[in-house]
Amino acid sequence: MSANKKQFVYGKNLDNALLAVYDAYVFFIRFFREVFRGRMEFQEIVRQCYAIGNRSLLLISLTGFITGMVFTKQSRPSLSEFGATSWLPSLVAIAIVRALAPLVTALISAGKIGSSIGAELGSMRVTEQIDAMEVSAVNPFKFLVVTRVVACTIAIPVLMFYCSLVSLLGAFLNVTLNEGTSFIAFFENAFEQITFLDIWTSVAKAIAYGFTIGIVGSYQGYNASKGTEGVGKAANSAVVTSMFLIFIEEVIIVQVSNYFRI
Amino acid sequence: MEEDFKPGEPVIEVRDLYKSFGDLHVLQGVNLTVTKGENMVVLGRSGTGKSVLIKIMVGLLKQDRGDCIVLGQEVSKLEGNDLRDLRLKIGFSFQNSALYDSMTVRENLEFPLVRNIPNLTRAEIDEQVEYVLDAVGLLQTINQVPAELSGGQRKRIGIARTLILKPEIMLYDEPTAGLDPITCLEINELINEVKEKYQTTSIIITHDLTCARETGDRIAMLLDGKFLKTGTFEEVFDTDEERIKSFYDYNFIQ
Repeated sequence: MSANKKQFVYGKNLDNALLAVYDAYVFFIRFFREVFRGRMEFQEIVRQCYAIGNRSLLLISLTGFITGMVFTKQSRPSLSEFGATSWLPSLVAIAIVRALAPLVTALISAGKIGSSIGAELGSMRVTEQIDAMEVSAVNPFKFLVVTRVVACTIAIPVLMFYCSLVSLLGAFLNVTLNEGTSFIAFFENAFEQITFLDIWTSVAKAIAYGFTIGIVGSYQGYNASKGTEGVGKAANSAVVTSMFLIFIEEVIIVQVSNYFRI
Repeated sequence: MEEDFKPGEPVIEVRDLYKSFGDLHVLQGVNLTVTKGENMVVLGRSGTGKSVLIKIMVGLLKQDRGDCIVLGQEVSKLEGNDLRDLRLKIGFSFQNSALYDSMTVRENLEFPLVRNIPNLTRAEIDEQVEYVLDAVGLLQTINQVPAELSGGQRKRIGIARTLILKPEIMLYDEPTAGLDPITCLEINELINEVKEKYQTTSIIITHDLTCARETGDRIAMLLDGKFLKTGTFEEVFDTDEERIKSFYDYNFIQ
Protein backbone atom coordinates (compact mmCIF):
# COMPACT_ATOMS: atom_id res chain seq x y z
CA MET A 1 0.00 0.00 0.00
CA SER A 2 2.84 2.41 0.74
CA ALA A 3 3.69 2.55 -2.97
CA ASN A 4 0.28 4.14 -3.58
CA LYS A 5 0.75 6.79 -0.91
CA LYS A 6 0.30 10.31 -2.23
CA GLN A 7 3.54 12.26 -2.55
CA PHE A 8 3.53 15.96 -1.59
CA VAL A 9 5.88 18.61 -2.99
CA TYR A 10 5.91 21.08 -0.06
CA GLY A 11 3.84 19.12 2.46
CA LYS A 12 0.13 18.34 2.59
CA ASN A 13 -1.20 21.70 3.83
CA LEU A 14 0.89 23.95 1.60
CA ASP A 15 0.26 21.76 -1.44
CA ASN A 16 -3.49 21.88 -0.81
CA ALA A 17 -3.41 25.65 -0.31
CA LEU A 18 -1.49 26.17 -3.57
CA LEU A 19 -3.87 23.86 -5.42
CA ALA A 20 -6.84 25.80 -4.03
CA VAL A 21 -5.33 29.09 -5.25
CA TYR A 22 -4.71 27.55 -8.67
CA ASP A 23 -8.31 26.23 -8.84
CA ALA A 24 -9.66 29.67 -7.93
CA TYR A 25 -7.47 31.24 -10.62
CA VAL A 26 -8.75 28.78 -13.26
CA PHE A 27 -12.35 29.51 -12.19
CA PHE A 28 -11.72 33.28 -12.39
CA ILE A 29 -10.21 33.02 -15.90
CA ARG A 30 -13.03 30.72 -17.01
CA PHE A 31 -15.55 33.41 -15.99
CA PHE A 32 -13.99 35.95 -18.36
CA ARG A 33 -13.79 33.37 -21.14
CA GLU A 34 -17.41 32.33 -20.76
CA VAL A 35 -18.90 35.78 -20.25
CA PHE A 36 -18.17 36.81 -23.84
CA ARG A 37 -18.85 33.42 -25.41
CA GLY A 38 -22.19 32.25 -26.76
CA ARG A 39 -25.67 33.43 -25.92
CA MET A 40 -26.07 35.63 -22.82
CA GLU A 41 -28.79 34.51 -20.40
CA PHE A 42 -30.36 38.00 -19.99
CA GLN A 43 -33.59 36.71 -18.49
CA GLU A 44 -31.70 34.83 -15.79
CA ILE A 45 -29.49 37.88 -15.07
CA VAL A 46 -32.60 40.06 -14.57
CA ARG A 47 -34.12 37.36 -12.34
CA GLN A 48 -30.94 37.20 -10.26
CA CYS A 49 -30.73 41.02 -9.98
CA TYR A 50 -34.31 41.06 -8.71
CA ALA A 51 -33.57 38.25 -6.25
CA ILE A 52 -30.47 40.05 -4.94
CA GLY A 53 -32.36 43.34 -4.46
CA ASN A 54 -35.34 41.60 -2.95
CA ARG A 55 -33.22 39.59 -0.50
CA SER A 56 -31.19 42.49 0.88
CA LEU A 57 -33.30 45.65 0.52
CA LEU A 58 -34.93 45.56 3.96
CA LEU A 59 -31.70 44.73 5.76
CA ILE A 60 -29.75 47.43 3.89
CA SER A 61 -32.51 49.97 4.61
CA LEU A 62 -32.36 49.29 8.32
CA THR A 63 -28.57 49.04 8.59
CA GLY A 64 -27.99 52.09 6.39
CA PHE A 65 -30.45 54.24 8.31
CA ILE A 66 -29.01 53.25 11.70
CA THR A 67 -25.41 53.73 10.48
CA GLY A 68 -26.17 57.28 9.29
CA MET A 69 -27.96 58.18 12.50
CA VAL A 70 -25.39 56.67 14.88
CA PHE A 71 -22.40 58.05 13.00
CA THR A 72 -23.91 61.56 13.19
CA LYS A 73 -24.66 61.17 16.88
CA GLN A 74 -21.11 59.97 17.62
CA SER A 75 -19.48 62.74 15.59
CA ARG A 76 -21.42 65.63 17.16
CA PRO A 77 -19.53 65.87 20.53
CA SER A 78 -16.12 66.18 18.83
CA LEU A 79 -17.33 68.84 16.43
CA SER A 80 -19.24 70.79 19.06
CA GLU A 81 -16.03 71.12 21.11
CA PHE A 82 -14.75 73.36 18.30
CA GLY A 83 -18.16 74.95 17.68
CA ALA A 84 -18.26 73.27 14.29
CA THR A 85 -21.55 71.38 14.38
CA SER A 86 -22.55 73.14 11.16
CA TRP A 87 -19.96 70.94 9.46
CA LEU A 88 -21.82 67.79 10.49
CA PRO A 89 -23.79 67.32 7.23
CA SER A 90 -20.70 67.52 5.01
CA LEU A 91 -18.59 65.39 7.38
CA VAL A 92 -21.26 62.71 7.55
CA ALA A 93 -21.89 62.84 3.78
CA ILE A 94 -18.18 62.38 3.01
CA ALA A 95 -17.93 59.46 5.42
CA ILE A 96 -21.08 57.82 4.05
CA VAL A 97 -20.32 58.26 0.36
CA ARG A 98 -16.61 57.46 0.56
CA ALA A 99 -16.59 54.59 3.02
CA LEU A 100 -19.65 53.65 5.02
CA ALA A 101 -22.26 53.01 2.30
CA PRO A 102 -20.02 50.82 0.09
CA LEU A 103 -18.76 48.85 3.08
CA VAL A 104 -22.12 48.40 4.79
CA THR A 105 -23.71 47.31 1.48
CA ALA A 106 -20.86 44.92 0.74
CA LEU A 107 -20.80 43.31 4.18
CA ILE A 108 -24.58 42.87 4.32
CA SER A 109 -24.57 41.47 0.78
CA ALA A 110 -21.67 39.13 1.50
CA GLY A 111 -23.67 37.67 4.40
CA LYS A 112 -27.02 37.59 2.67
CA ILE A 113 -26.25 37.05 -1.03
CA GLY A 114 -22.83 35.37 -0.92
CA SER A 115 -24.04 32.70 1.46
CA SER A 116 -27.20 32.10 -0.52
CA ILE A 117 -25.27 31.71 -3.80
CA GLY A 118 -22.83 29.32 -2.09
CA ALA A 119 -25.63 27.24 -0.58
CA GLU A 120 -27.78 27.23 -3.72
CA LEU A 121 -25.02 26.16 -6.09
CA GLY A 122 -23.59 23.79 -3.47
CA SER A 123 -26.88 21.99 -3.12
CA MET A 124 -27.23 21.84 -6.92
CA ARG A 125 -23.77 20.28 -7.08
CA VAL A 126 -24.38 17.61 -4.44
CA THR A 127 -27.80 16.67 -5.85
CA GLU A 128 -26.25 16.29 -9.34
CA GLN A 129 -28.35 19.11 -10.85
CA ILE A 130 -25.18 20.70 -12.26
CA ASP A 131 -24.16 17.35 -13.79
CA ALA A 132 -27.68 17.04 -15.23
CA MET A 133 -27.24 20.38 -17.00
CA GLU A 134 -23.87 19.31 -18.32
CA VAL A 135 -25.10 15.99 -19.76
CA SER A 136 -28.05 17.71 -21.41
CA ALA A 137 -25.50 19.75 -23.39
CA VAL A 138 -26.19 22.99 -21.48
CA ASN A 139 -23.22 24.94 -20.14
CA PRO A 140 -23.91 25.11 -16.38
CA PHE A 141 -21.09 27.59 -15.81
CA LYS A 142 -22.66 30.07 -18.20
CA PHE A 143 -26.16 29.62 -16.80
CA LEU A 144 -25.36 29.45 -13.09
CA VAL A 145 -22.07 31.25 -12.49
CA VAL A 146 -21.86 33.95 -15.17
CA THR A 147 -25.43 35.13 -14.53
CA ARG A 148 -24.95 35.35 -10.76
CA VAL A 149 -21.60 37.16 -10.96
CA VAL A 150 -22.92 39.66 -13.53
CA ALA A 151 -26.08 40.20 -11.49
CA CYS A 152 -24.05 40.88 -8.31
CA THR A 153 -21.76 43.27 -10.20
CA ILE A 154 -24.79 45.23 -11.42
CA ALA A 155 -27.02 45.03 -8.34
CA ILE A 156 -24.50 45.85 -5.56
CA PRO A 157 -23.66 49.36 -6.95
CA VAL A 158 -27.41 50.10 -7.17
CA LEU A 159 -27.85 48.90 -3.58
CA MET A 160 -24.85 51.01 -2.57
CA PHE A 161 -26.52 54.20 -3.93
CA TYR A 162 -29.71 53.25 -2.12
CA CYS A 163 -27.76 52.65 1.10
CA SER A 164 -26.07 56.09 0.77
CA LEU A 165 -29.45 57.75 0.42
CA VAL A 166 -30.98 55.93 3.40
CA SER A 167 -27.88 56.63 5.56
CA LEU A 168 -28.08 60.34 4.69
CA LEU A 169 -31.75 60.31 5.68
CA GLY A 170 -30.76 58.77 9.01
CA ALA A 171 -28.12 61.46 9.45
CA PHE A 172 -30.63 64.18 8.50
CA LEU A 173 -33.12 62.92 11.07
CA ASN A 174 -30.50 63.19 13.81
CA VAL A 175 -29.30 66.63 12.68
CA THR A 176 -32.79 68.07 12.29
CA LEU A 177 -33.84 66.80 15.72
CA ASN A 178 -30.80 68.41 17.38
CA GLU A 179 -30.06 71.50 15.31
CA GLY A 180 -33.41 72.00 13.54
CA THR A 181 -31.68 72.11 10.14
CA SER A 182 -34.07 72.03 7.17
CA PHE A 183 -34.07 69.24 4.60
CA ILE A 184 -32.77 71.47 1.78
CA ALA A 185 -30.10 73.11 3.95
CA PHE A 186 -28.85 69.70 5.14
CA PHE A 187 -28.52 68.21 1.68
CA GLU A 188 -27.00 71.41 0.17
CA ASN A 189 -24.40 71.35 2.90
CA ALA A 190 -23.89 67.59 2.57
CA PHE A 191 -23.30 67.53 -1.18
CA GLU A 192 -21.11 70.68 -1.17
CA GLN A 193 -18.03 68.67 -0.25
CA ILE A 194 -18.77 65.57 -2.37
CA THR A 195 -16.71 65.43 -5.55
CA PHE A 196 -17.06 63.31 -8.67
CA LEU A 197 -13.97 61.41 -7.58
CA ASP A 198 -15.78 60.42 -4.37
CA ILE A 199 -18.74 59.10 -6.32
CA TRP A 200 -16.65 57.27 -8.90
CA THR A 201 -14.50 55.74 -6.17
CA SER A 202 -17.64 54.47 -4.44
CA VAL A 203 -18.96 53.05 -7.70
CA ALA A 204 -15.61 51.36 -8.38
CA LYS A 205 -15.65 49.88 -4.86
CA ALA A 206 -19.23 48.64 -5.23
CA ILE A 207 -18.45 47.04 -8.59
CA ALA A 208 -15.37 45.32 -7.15
CA TYR A 209 -17.28 44.15 -4.06
CA GLY A 210 -20.22 42.93 -6.15
CA PHE A 211 -17.95 40.97 -8.44
CA THR A 212 -16.09 39.51 -5.45
CA ILE A 213 -19.28 38.42 -3.67
CA GLY A 214 -20.61 36.82 -6.87
CA ILE A 215 -17.45 35.01 -7.91
CA VAL A 216 -16.49 33.80 -4.42
CA GLY A 217 -20.04 32.54 -3.67
CA SER A 218 -20.21 30.83 -7.05
CA TYR A 219 -16.75 29.29 -6.71
CA GLN A 220 -17.49 27.84 -3.28
CA GLY A 221 -20.90 26.50 -4.32
CA TYR A 222 -19.86 25.19 -7.73
CA ASN A 223 -17.01 23.20 -6.19
CA ALA A 224 -18.92 21.93 -3.15
CA SER A 225 -18.57 18.26 -2.25
CA LYS A 226 -19.33 15.78 0.50
CA GLY A 227 -23.12 16.12 0.68
CA THR A 228 -24.95 18.43 3.05
CA GLU A 229 -21.80 19.11 5.06
CA GLY A 230 -20.23 20.47 1.87
CA VAL A 231 -23.20 22.78 1.27
CA GLY A 232 -22.83 24.30 4.74
CA LYS A 233 -19.10 24.67 4.23
CA ALA A 234 -19.62 26.35 0.84
CA ALA A 235 -22.04 28.90 2.30
CA ASN A 236 -19.74 29.62 5.23
CA SER A 237 -16.58 29.94 3.11
CA ALA A 238 -18.43 32.20 0.67
CA VAL A 239 -19.13 34.70 3.46
CA VAL A 240 -15.76 34.54 5.21
CA THR A 241 -13.64 34.67 2.03
CA SER A 242 -15.61 37.47 0.39
CA MET A 243 -15.54 39.61 3.57
CA PHE A 244 -11.78 39.12 3.82
CA LEU A 245 -11.28 40.07 0.16
CA ILE A 246 -13.62 43.08 0.49
CA PHE A 247 -11.40 44.58 3.22
CA ILE A 248 -8.28 44.02 1.12
CA GLU A 249 -9.96 45.69 -1.87
CA GLU A 250 -11.06 48.59 0.37
CA VAL A 251 -7.46 49.29 1.33
CA ILE A 252 -6.23 49.11 -2.27
CA ILE A 253 -9.01 51.29 -3.75
CA VAL A 254 -8.61 53.93 -1.00
CA GLN A 255 -4.87 54.08 -1.70
CA VAL A 256 -5.45 54.51 -5.42
CA SER A 257 -8.19 57.14 -4.99
CA ASN A 258 -6.04 59.12 -2.53
CA TYR A 259 -3.28 59.17 -5.14
CA PHE A 260 -5.70 60.88 -7.59
CA ARG A 261 -7.04 63.20 -4.88
CA ILE A 262 -3.58 64.70 -4.34
CA MET B 1 -18.40 12.94 -37.99
CA GLU B 2 -21.93 11.54 -38.39
CA GLU B 3 -22.15 7.77 -38.49
CA ASP B 4 -25.31 5.77 -39.02
CA PHE B 5 -25.36 2.62 -36.96
CA LYS B 6 -27.43 -0.35 -38.03
CA PRO B 7 -29.07 -2.75 -35.55
CA GLY B 8 -26.48 -5.15 -34.18
CA GLU B 9 -23.55 -2.78 -34.77
CA PRO B 10 -21.65 -1.68 -31.65
CA VAL B 11 -22.55 1.87 -30.54
CA ILE B 12 -20.71 1.69 -27.20
CA GLU B 13 -17.33 0.00 -26.86
CA VAL B 14 -15.38 -0.06 -23.63
CA ARG B 15 -11.91 -1.54 -23.80
CA ASP B 16 -9.60 -2.27 -20.88
CA LEU B 17 -10.96 0.64 -18.84
CA TYR B 18 -9.34 1.63 -15.53
CA LYS B 19 -10.49 4.23 -13.04
CA SER B 20 -9.27 4.90 -9.51
CA PHE B 21 -10.10 7.49 -6.87
CA GLY B 22 -6.91 7.80 -4.83
CA ASP B 23 -6.21 4.36 -3.42
CA LEU B 24 -9.65 3.07 -4.37
CA HIS B 25 -9.39 1.13 -7.63
CA VAL B 26 -12.96 1.12 -8.93
CA LEU B 27 -12.67 -0.14 -12.49
CA GLN B 28 -9.85 -2.55 -13.24
CA GLY B 29 -9.79 -3.45 -16.93
CA VAL B 30 -13.45 -3.33 -17.89
CA ASN B 31 -14.53 -4.49 -21.37
CA LEU B 32 -18.05 -4.05 -22.71
CA THR B 33 -19.78 -3.81 -26.08
CA VAL B 34 -23.34 -2.60 -26.51
CA THR B 35 -24.97 -2.93 -29.91
CA LYS B 36 -27.58 -0.67 -31.48
CA GLY B 37 -31.09 -1.19 -30.17
CA GLU B 38 -29.93 -3.31 -27.24
CA ASN B 39 -30.84 -2.90 -23.57
CA MET B 40 -27.71 -3.80 -21.60
CA VAL B 41 -28.04 -4.12 -17.84
CA VAL B 42 -24.94 -3.57 -15.72
CA LEU B 43 -25.53 -5.43 -12.50
CA GLY B 44 -23.47 -5.27 -9.36
CA ARG B 45 -23.34 -4.41 -5.70
CA SER B 46 -23.26 -0.80 -4.51
CA GLY B 47 -19.86 0.86 -4.81
CA THR B 48 -18.56 -1.43 -7.57
CA GLY B 49 -18.20 1.41 -10.08
CA LYS B 50 -21.35 0.93 -12.16
CA SER B 51 -22.28 4.63 -12.09
CA VAL B 52 -18.64 5.59 -12.66
CA LEU B 53 -18.71 3.58 -15.88
CA ILE B 54 -21.68 5.46 -17.38
CA LYS B 55 -20.35 8.80 -16.14
CA ILE B 56 -17.21 8.12 -18.16
CA MET B 57 -19.41 7.36 -21.20
CA VAL B 58 -20.98 10.80 -21.02
CA GLY B 59 -17.76 12.69 -20.22
CA LEU B 60 -18.56 13.59 -16.62
CA LEU B 61 -15.51 11.60 -15.48
CA LYS B 62 -12.31 10.69 -17.31
CA GLN B 63 -10.80 7.24 -17.24
CA ASP B 64 -7.21 6.70 -16.07
CA ARG B 65 -6.52 4.21 -18.83
CA GLY B 66 -8.33 2.39 -21.65
CA ASP B 67 -10.87 3.39 -24.30
CA CYS B 68 -14.49 4.40 -24.08
CA ILE B 69 -15.91 4.76 -27.57
CA VAL B 70 -19.48 6.02 -27.90
CA LEU B 71 -21.08 6.39 -31.34
CA GLY B 72 -17.65 5.98 -32.89
CA GLN B 73 -15.93 8.67 -30.83
CA GLU B 74 -13.45 8.33 -27.95
CA VAL B 75 -15.26 10.36 -25.27
CA SER B 76 -12.18 11.41 -23.29
CA LYS B 77 -10.72 13.12 -26.36
CA LEU B 78 -13.82 15.24 -27.05
CA GLU B 79 -14.04 18.87 -25.98
CA GLY B 80 -16.27 21.90 -26.57
CA ASN B 81 -18.81 21.53 -29.36
CA ASP B 82 -17.81 17.94 -30.18
CA LEU B 83 -18.57 16.82 -26.63
CA ARG B 84 -21.76 18.88 -26.66
CA ASP B 85 -22.89 17.22 -29.92
CA LEU B 86 -22.25 13.77 -28.49
CA ARG B 87 -24.14 14.60 -25.28
CA LEU B 88 -27.14 15.68 -27.35
CA LYS B 89 -27.38 12.07 -28.52
CA ILE B 90 -27.17 10.61 -25.00
CA GLY B 91 -29.88 10.77 -22.39
CA PHE B 92 -28.77 10.35 -18.78
CA SER B 93 -31.31 9.51 -16.10
CA PHE B 94 -29.81 10.19 -12.66
CA GLN B 95 -30.29 8.01 -9.62
CA ASN B 96 -31.94 10.82 -7.63
CA SER B 97 -33.57 12.27 -10.79
CA ALA B 98 -31.58 15.56 -10.43
CA LEU B 99 -34.59 17.70 -11.32
CA TYR B 100 -34.00 21.46 -11.08
CA ASP B 101 -35.90 22.10 -7.87
CA SER B 102 -36.39 25.83 -8.43
CA MET B 103 -38.26 25.16 -11.69
CA THR B 104 -41.66 23.66 -12.48
CA VAL B 105 -41.91 20.40 -14.44
CA ARG B 106 -42.61 22.41 -17.60
CA GLU B 107 -39.51 24.58 -17.04
CA ASN B 108 -37.40 21.48 -16.29
CA LEU B 109 -38.33 20.04 -19.67
CA GLU B 110 -38.06 23.33 -21.57
CA PHE B 111 -34.63 24.06 -20.14
CA PRO B 112 -32.51 21.72 -22.32
CA LEU B 113 -34.88 22.09 -25.28
CA VAL B 114 -34.74 25.87 -25.76
CA ARG B 115 -31.01 25.98 -25.14
CA ASN B 116 -30.14 23.28 -27.64
CA ILE B 117 -32.75 23.93 -30.32
CA PRO B 118 -33.04 27.72 -30.59
CA ASN B 119 -35.75 29.56 -32.54
CA LEU B 120 -38.56 27.19 -31.54
CA THR B 121 -41.93 28.90 -31.31
CA ARG B 122 -43.92 28.84 -28.07
CA ALA B 123 -46.40 26.41 -29.67
CA GLU B 124 -43.61 24.03 -30.75
CA ILE B 125 -42.07 24.07 -27.26
CA ASP B 126 -45.44 23.37 -25.63
CA GLU B 127 -46.17 20.59 -28.09
CA GLN B 128 -42.87 18.80 -27.43
CA VAL B 129 -43.09 19.22 -23.66
CA GLU B 130 -46.61 17.85 -23.59
CA TYR B 131 -45.68 14.97 -25.91
CA VAL B 132 -42.88 13.64 -23.68
CA LEU B 133 -44.90 14.20 -20.51
CA ASP B 134 -47.72 12.21 -22.08
CA ALA B 135 -45.21 9.50 -23.02
CA VAL B 136 -44.25 9.07 -19.36
CA GLY B 137 -47.88 9.40 -18.26
CA LEU B 138 -47.48 12.58 -16.20
CA LEU B 139 -49.06 15.35 -18.24
CA GLN B 140 -51.10 16.41 -15.21
CA THR B 141 -47.96 17.41 -13.27
CA ILE B 142 -46.85 20.00 -15.83
CA ASN B 143 -47.20 23.00 -13.50
CA GLN B 144 -45.98 21.31 -10.31
CA VAL B 145 -42.54 21.75 -8.77
CA PRO B 146 -40.33 18.69 -8.02
CA ALA B 147 -40.96 18.98 -4.26
CA GLU B 148 -44.64 18.16 -4.90
CA LEU B 149 -43.86 14.93 -6.79
CA SER B 150 -43.40 11.37 -5.50
CA GLY B 151 -40.13 9.45 -6.02
CA GLY B 152 -41.57 7.49 -8.96
CA GLN B 153 -42.95 10.63 -10.57
CA ARG B 154 -39.55 12.32 -10.22
CA LYS B 155 -37.87 9.39 -11.98
CA ARG B 156 -40.39 9.60 -14.83
CA ILE B 157 -39.95 13.36 -15.19
CA GLY B 158 -36.17 12.85 -15.17
CA ILE B 159 -36.55 10.35 -18.01
CA ALA B 160 -38.93 12.73 -19.85
CA ARG B 161 -36.35 15.52 -19.58
CA THR B 162 -33.78 13.36 -21.35
CA LEU B 163 -36.30 12.16 -23.98
CA ILE B 164 -37.15 15.69 -25.06
CA LEU B 165 -33.83 15.86 -26.96
CA LYS B 166 -34.63 12.54 -28.72
CA PRO B 167 -31.45 10.71 -27.68
CA GLU B 168 -30.02 7.68 -29.48
CA ILE B 169 -28.59 6.24 -26.27
CA MET B 170 -30.21 6.16 -22.83
CA LEU B 171 -28.16 5.68 -19.67
CA TYR B 172 -30.24 4.86 -16.60
CA ASP B 173 -28.50 5.12 -13.25
CA GLU B 174 -30.36 2.93 -10.71
CA PRO B 175 -33.82 3.65 -12.17
CA THR B 176 -35.68 1.65 -9.51
CA ALA B 177 -33.60 2.50 -6.43
CA GLY B 178 -35.68 3.59 -3.47
CA LEU B 179 -39.06 2.88 -5.11
CA ASP B 180 -41.86 0.56 -4.00
CA PRO B 181 -42.33 -2.71 -5.97
CA ILE B 182 -45.35 -1.47 -7.95
CA THR B 183 -43.58 1.73 -9.00
CA CYS B 184 -40.51 -0.35 -9.89
CA LEU B 185 -42.62 -2.39 -12.29
CA GLU B 186 -44.00 0.81 -13.83
CA ILE B 187 -40.48 2.15 -14.33
CA ASN B 188 -39.38 -1.15 -15.90
CA GLU B 189 -42.31 -0.93 -18.32
CA LEU B 190 -41.41 2.66 -19.11
CA ILE B 191 -37.82 1.68 -19.93
CA ASN B 192 -39.11 -0.93 -22.37
CA GLU B 193 -41.60 1.54 -23.86
CA VAL B 194 -38.86 4.10 -24.37
CA LYS B 195 -36.81 1.50 -26.23
CA GLU B 196 -39.72 0.68 -28.54
CA LYS B 197 -40.95 4.22 -29.09
CA TYR B 198 -37.62 6.06 -29.41
CA GLN B 199 -35.53 3.18 -30.82
CA THR B 200 -32.86 3.78 -28.19
CA THR B 201 -29.84 1.76 -27.16
CA SER B 202 -29.73 1.66 -23.36
CA ILE B 203 -27.48 0.86 -20.46
CA ILE B 204 -29.34 0.25 -17.24
CA ILE B 205 -27.31 0.37 -14.05
CA THR B 206 -28.98 -1.52 -11.24
CA HIS B 207 -28.62 -3.97 -8.40
CA ASP B 208 -32.29 -4.95 -8.72
CA LEU B 209 -32.62 -8.40 -10.35
CA THR B 210 -36.28 -7.91 -11.25
CA CYS B 211 -35.38 -4.74 -13.13
CA ALA B 212 -32.50 -6.58 -14.81
CA ARG B 213 -34.74 -9.47 -15.89
CA GLU B 214 -37.59 -7.23 -17.10
CA THR B 215 -35.55 -4.69 -19.03
CA GLY B 216 -32.27 -6.32 -20.08
CA ASP B 217 -31.58 -8.03 -23.40
CA ARG B 218 -28.17 -8.83 -21.96
CA ILE B 219 -26.70 -8.53 -18.51
CA ALA B 220 -23.14 -7.78 -17.48
CA MET B 221 -22.19 -8.66 -13.93
CA LEU B 222 -19.65 -6.24 -12.45
CA LEU B 223 -17.67 -7.51 -9.49
CA ASP B 224 -14.33 -6.37 -8.09
CA GLY B 225 -13.79 -3.84 -10.88
CA LYS B 226 -14.30 -6.30 -13.75
CA PHE B 227 -17.15 -7.90 -15.64
CA LEU B 228 -17.40 -11.40 -14.27
CA LYS B 229 -19.94 -12.66 -16.74
CA THR B 230 -21.97 -11.25 -19.66
CA GLY B 231 -25.00 -12.79 -21.38
CA THR B 232 -28.75 -13.18 -21.09
CA PHE B 233 -30.29 -13.32 -17.62
CA GLU B 234 -30.39 -17.12 -17.71
CA GLU B 235 -26.82 -17.41 -19.04
CA VAL B 236 -25.44 -15.16 -16.31
CA PHE B 237 -27.21 -16.84 -13.41
CA ASP B 238 -26.88 -20.42 -14.63
CA THR B 239 -23.50 -20.71 -12.98
CA ASP B 240 -21.52 -22.28 -10.18
CA GLU B 241 -19.63 -19.05 -9.51
CA GLU B 242 -20.25 -18.48 -5.80
CA ARG B 243 -20.32 -14.67 -5.89
CA ILE B 244 -22.95 -14.58 -8.64
CA LYS B 245 -25.04 -17.24 -6.92
CA SER B 246 -24.96 -15.39 -3.61
CA PHE B 247 -25.93 -12.13 -5.35
CA TYR B 248 -28.91 -13.92 -6.93
CA ASP B 249 -30.00 -15.63 -3.72
CA TYR B 250 -29.68 -12.52 -1.60
CA ASN B 251 -31.63 -10.42 -4.11
CA PHE B 252 -34.57 -12.79 -4.33
CA ILE B 253 -34.67 -13.53 -0.61
CA GLN B 254 -34.85 -9.75 -0.14
